[in-house]
Amino acid sequence: MSEALLDIQGLRVEFGDTAAVRGASFTVARGETHCIVGESGCGKSVSALAVMGLLARGARRSADCLTFAGKDLLARNEQQMSLLRGDRMAMIFQEPMTSLNPAYTVGSQMAEVFTRHRGGSRHAALDRAAALLGRVGITAPGMRLGQFPHQLSGGLRQRVMIAMALMCDPELLIADEPTTALDVTVQVQILRLLAELQRDLGLAILLITHDLGIVARIADRVSVMYAGEVVESAPTATLFADPSHPYTRGLLDCVPVPGKVKPGDALGSIPGTVPRIRPSFAGCGFRDRCTHAAPVCAGTVPRQHAGNAHEFLCRLPPGWAATGQAA
Amino acid sequence: MLRFALRRLTVALLVALTVMVLSFMLTRVSGDLAISIAGASATQQDVEIIRHAYGLDRPLAMQFIDWIGRAAVGDFGESFFFKARTADLIMDRMPITLTLGLVGLGIALLVSIPLGVLAAVRENTWVDRLVQLVAMIGQAMPSFWLGLILMITLGLQLGWLPISGTGSWEHYVMPGIVLSFSAIPALTRLTRSGMIQALGSDYIRTARAKGLSRLSILGKHALRNAAIPVVSIAAVQLGFMLGGSIVIETVFALHGVGFLAWESISKNDFPVVQAVVLVLALIYIGLTMAADLLNALLDPRLRAS
Amino acid sequence: MSGTVVMPARRRFDWMRRTGLVAGALIVGLVLLVAILAPWITPHDPFVQNLDNRLAVPFWMEGAEPDHLLGTDGLGRDYLSRLIYGARISMLIGLLTVVTSGVIGTTLGVLGGFFGGKVDDAVLFAITCRLAIPVVLVALAVVGLLGSSLMLVILVLGLLLWDRFAVVARSTTMQVRNLDYVAAAWASGLSTPAILVKEILPNIASHLAVVATLEMALAILLEAALSFLGLGVPPPLPSWGLMIAEGKDYMFFSPWVIFVPGVALFILVFGINLLGDGLRDLLGAGDTR
Repeated sequence: MSEALLDIQGLRVEFGDTAAVRGASFTVARGETHCIVGESGCGKSVSALAVMGLLARGARRSADCLTFAGKDLLARNEQQMSLLRGDRMAMIFQEPMTSLNPAYTVGSQMAEVFTRHRGGSRHAALDRAAALLGRVGITAPGMRLGQFPHQLSGGLRQRVMIAMALMCDPELLIADEPTTALDVTVQVQILRLLAELQRDLGLAILLITHDLGIVARIADRVSVMYAGEVVESAPTATLFADPSHPYTRGLLDCVPVPGKVKPGDALGSIPGTVPRIRPSFAGCGFRDRCTHAAPVCAGTVPRQHAGNAHEFLCRLPPGWAATGQAA
Repeated sequence: MLRFALRRLTVALLVALTVMVLSFMLTRVSGDLAISIAGASATQQDVEIIRHAYGLDRPLAMQFIDWIGRAAVGDFGESFFFKARTADLIMDRMPITLTLGLVGLGIALLVSIPLGVLAAVRENTWVDRLVQLVAMIGQAMPSFWLGLILMITLGLQLGWLPISGTGSWEHYVMPGIVLSFSAIPALTRLTRSGMIQALGSDYIRTARAKGLSRLSILGKHALRNAAIPVVSIAAVQLGFMLGGSIVIETVFALHGVGFLAWESISKNDFPVVQAVVLVLALIYIGLTMAADLLNALLDPRLRAS
Repeated sequence: MSGTVVMPARRRFDWMRRTGLVAGALIVGLVLLVAILAPWITPHDPFVQNLDNRLAVPFWMEGAEPDHLLGTDGLGRDYLSRLIYGARISMLIGLLTVVTSGVIGTTLGVLGGFFGGKVDDAVLFAITCRLAIPVVLVALAVVGLLGSSLMLVILVLGLLLWDRFAVVARSTTMQVRNLDYVAAAWASGLSTPAILVKEILPNIASHLAVVATLEMALAILLEAALSFLGLGVPPPLPSWGLMIAEGKDYMFFSPWVIFVPGVALFILVFGINLLGDGLRDLLGAGDTR
């Protein structure tokens, strides 16, 4: 395993009396695609915003360790963070329709990232923008540079967002549900593009999604989040083959697999909803919905290893599902 | 865009026509003009002579068509008091009023945009509340009284600025400040709400994710979008300010159109009053139309459609 | 290793708003009380001149007479008494103008908002025309041509200041019209006028109340401006605007003669605005500025 590019240990984010993220830990290696999955409200987007330093006013962030490329992000103020953002770490969002400024042309919005971080002339920046628009599969990039966002379709805008994120050759690209708002066919194209870029540019991608189909398609590694915690983290194949946290199992049971599910079979579902967690909450966040819950689940939950680079957060022993030890 | 402009123009023309009728009616229904012109000492016979001489004995509709036909080519008749062409009088005085209006608007924008941005950036803090309090104080300030207070303090006691007249640019500073007070509250509130909306938008999150400087995020990305409604309201406010400058011109003895109107009203010089009302209304109509078109030009989304 | 970035939490300043509402209500209530009780609380007759005792100074200056707390004006009339009677004029103008313009504007706005279509087009056109008319100038012209009187000022301002009532009544009626209980009223066979009065009006009343405060403040300021220009309330009535106009001749030597009525005017208008702002928050009337 290569050196960790992004190392997050014990990340906590609180808004008022709600704990959105409580002690989440995961790492992203250089050049890997790391997916974070979970239901909405589980804290996956907030974790990403916390890494970027983009949390809303009033949010409280703390962590045992938050480093990017060996730099301690906790020690950086807003000004110092802004020098990293858009340069070495970039982010794209779920809503391509509203994420671009309606008042400026595509070219102007792309060029300003480059001139901000790399200096140089606007002309050189526009040249780079045109080249990148071509790289993300936009035809006639020269014409697109002069257009306003409202003149582009959703898929095109997300491609523009991606190209804009690549302006300064970042080491990390955080993509927060980048395809959720798009048509299915466009989703596939955007995912393929991300995978291609990751391969060609050696970019690390932290992809946030609720869609396990996307995970299976492009992730090297997956972290499952639930109620503000990373409950399981493993290489993609391992996670799908040997899900070790009851929540992960439940999540996988919800996905119909052609051939395995006969028409008429009931799809799996997890009873209940994600609880609202207060800062004082202790123990396993899933215990109210878990069929294996026991009194000890209200105490500190152990972090266990179930093999190579496979961790999960549960009282149950590794391999419980296979040996039927669950009780 | 062209269709929008044409429709906007049609509405403006209809409004202008209505205002013409109203400003004509204004002087006709407000009593017997012949008696007003003739003065208190005139005999019944004098009044009849004047009535005939000014054509006031003809049917109202005839008088209106006659007046509107002349007004359309810029002929507002002759002033009773100044013994000069009304159109010339207004043209002579207009630069002073326009200068005053623009100075007032300029000061208002210079004050209200930074205040509104500051309040939005510090939304729901004491800074925000303070800005809103300042806006409310501005709204409650009687303009003519503020003018007098400034004359006493800045003019007489400190001697920084001339008290009245139109000799130099310094003469416009105090009236400009006073006039700006009428527009500052509205413009500040509009800038504030526009900035709050813009700052909460996705494209500002993108701008922050791009690592742009705070100045660029606030000044370039947020303000540009928040400024679109501010620009159109500023134009409308300029219209209100020109209409309201009569009070300030009188206080500071600035011989602009407002002062002319006040003199004419005091002298029962109805062709001038009528013409000033009409001209100011037409300027307002023109400004609001220009504001709508400018709005469409500033917003790329409207420009296309 | 542990680090915490505490970002400034959103602090609420609600107490400031509530203080504003209470302060506004107190100011307006006090002025109203003074206006009503004027004949019983004035130390002197506000119209009686005393040319031997002109421009007596107010209490905070040296040589003030205890008999004339706020001094006397250029004709030797007691300034405090004139100020108290001036409150009557301001409140009278403010309230009556709001009633007049409120009736006109609300009627137009409700009709336009409720019926939509051609009716609404006509109402919108009327509002547009009204906004194009310079208020101060037209009010001055009418008063100038007809001669100044209190009732005329009220009538003219009432006929001019209905635009914001119409705008707000129109937009709120549009919102209320589509609500379920209005549909239910239709279904139960209530007549249109009954629906307008029983269902629409009570539901837009809070918004109209906020507009009423704004317009009352505006009417008071406009009356003062008209009177100041000599084309509003006729002398010797003690309108605050007129008091400032009369004091203008002495203001460089005795600034307090314009200071006193101006501050009174400012405090009253500020109080009404505070009240309106507080009401807006209290009633959740949204943005009616």
